[in-house]
Amino acid sequence: MRQFLRVAWLVVQKDLRVESRSFEVVSTTLFFSVTVVLIFAFGLVREGRPADDVAAAILWIALAFSGTLALGRTFERERQAETLRALLMAPADRPALYVGKLAGMLVLLVLIEAVLVPLIGLLFQAPILRYPWSLAGLLLAGTVGFSAVGTLFAAMLVRARSRDVLLPILLYPMTVPVMIMGVRGTAALFQATPDEPLARFCLAFLVFIDVVFVTLALWTFEPVMTD
Amino acid sequence: MTRVQQLQLALAGAMLAVAPWIIDGAPYESTMGLVQKIFYFHMPSAWLFLIAALVAGVASARFLFGRAPSADYWAVAAAEMAVVFGIITLVTGPLWARKAWGLWWVWDARLTSSLILWLIFVAYLLLRRFGGPGSDKLGAGMALFGLVNVPFIFVSVNVWRTLHPQTSVVPTLPVEMGAPLWFCLTAFLLLFLALMSMRAGLARQRARIEALYLSEEEA
Repeated sequence: MRQFLRVAWLVVQKDLRVESRSFEVVSTTLFFSVTVVLIFAFGLVREGRPADDVAAAILWIALAFSGTLALGRTFERERQAETLRALLMAPADRPALYVGKLAGMLVLLVLIEAVLVPLIGLLFQAPILRYPWSLAGLLLAGTVGFSAVGTLFAAMLVRARSRDVLLPILLYPMTVPVMIMGVRGTAALFQATPDEPLARFCLAFLVFIDVVFVTLALWTFEPVMTD
Repeated sequence: MTRVQQLQLALAGAMLAVAPWIIDGAPYESTMGLVQKIFYFHMPSAWLFLIAALVAGVASARFLFGRAPSADYWAVAAAEMAVVFGIITLVTGPLWARKAWGLWWVWDARLTSSLILWLIFVAYLLLRRFGGPGSDKLGAGMALFGLVNVPFIFVSVNVWRTLHPQTSVVPTLPVEMGAPLWFCLTAFLLLFLALMSMRAGLARQRARIEALYLSEEEA
């Protein structure tokens, strides 16, 4: 177990160090997510006022789009430098590599959320500070579910042809339950009369999905990544 | 084509040819009238859609964890069947719903989860077609995830009120309606079995040719 965590931690460290040298993925993904929110604003704002109850949906859609971009870029970098193959050749547990990549992805997406959430609060008048902990819980649980599937599929797609288009094609249908629960829970917190029990139910369900997705991904990562 | 497949195809063709008369003989449902008769094609295809998805999921798991190459042939064949029977379900459903509920589509648990499951299998086929080398394992992982996903989608949408009739109506159907339903289900099942085994045979032959080419190149 110590060995497992050590390998995962080393992978996280490696990813963060590579990222901190150029900030390529963080900066591009961040800018992309801001433009997505702005495009929604242009589509939905009428006479200077945003449409009602759209903030939660925009937040999660922007997150899904930027998450796909970040996943694609992160693994494209691994592919170009042939580092993923090197990682797989290392005498380390495959599931530990997966956990490391997943944790690195989570750090990245949480950074993006830290900018995205205030931006949505500002532009769409969403009460993001009303239930800060519930909102953070929903976002974190949703991000774990999304990245658990995303990391697995992005890693598998590294060797495939037309991987840029295949990643969203595979990822979006798979993460439908995460999106539905995330949007509904967040909307329950944002609406005029907040529905806390519903938000709590969504959070619990998201955690349940996370457990199943991560377990299944750990289980499939080994045979899928073996030639 | 084997003898069994020929027999299955011929039987399915004959049964589907007489099916309109049998469905015509069934009594009208009291509130929906004529449109309800689409049910005799809608439900068998929906069931086979789910069965195909299950077969694909189980075969993928066997391919991935049991390392049985032949399981992959069945997974591809079942995935194609899922897409075919899924599209029949998704076309006949809204046609019926337009008359029965006055809406083409509602976002109810059963409809949404069927749509997503269908999308997952379309994505699976796209992956198998355009993914290049290694897409067989990737696809297996995807089919497995897709299948596990279905209950989650179902629960997550189910909080909205549902309009779709429950499957529990099936055993309570009167004989005059039940008999045509089972007749159609048998016809669809025979068609499904014949097509799936033919498709799996095709996949097996492709793999064999591939292996022959490879051994020829090495020699």
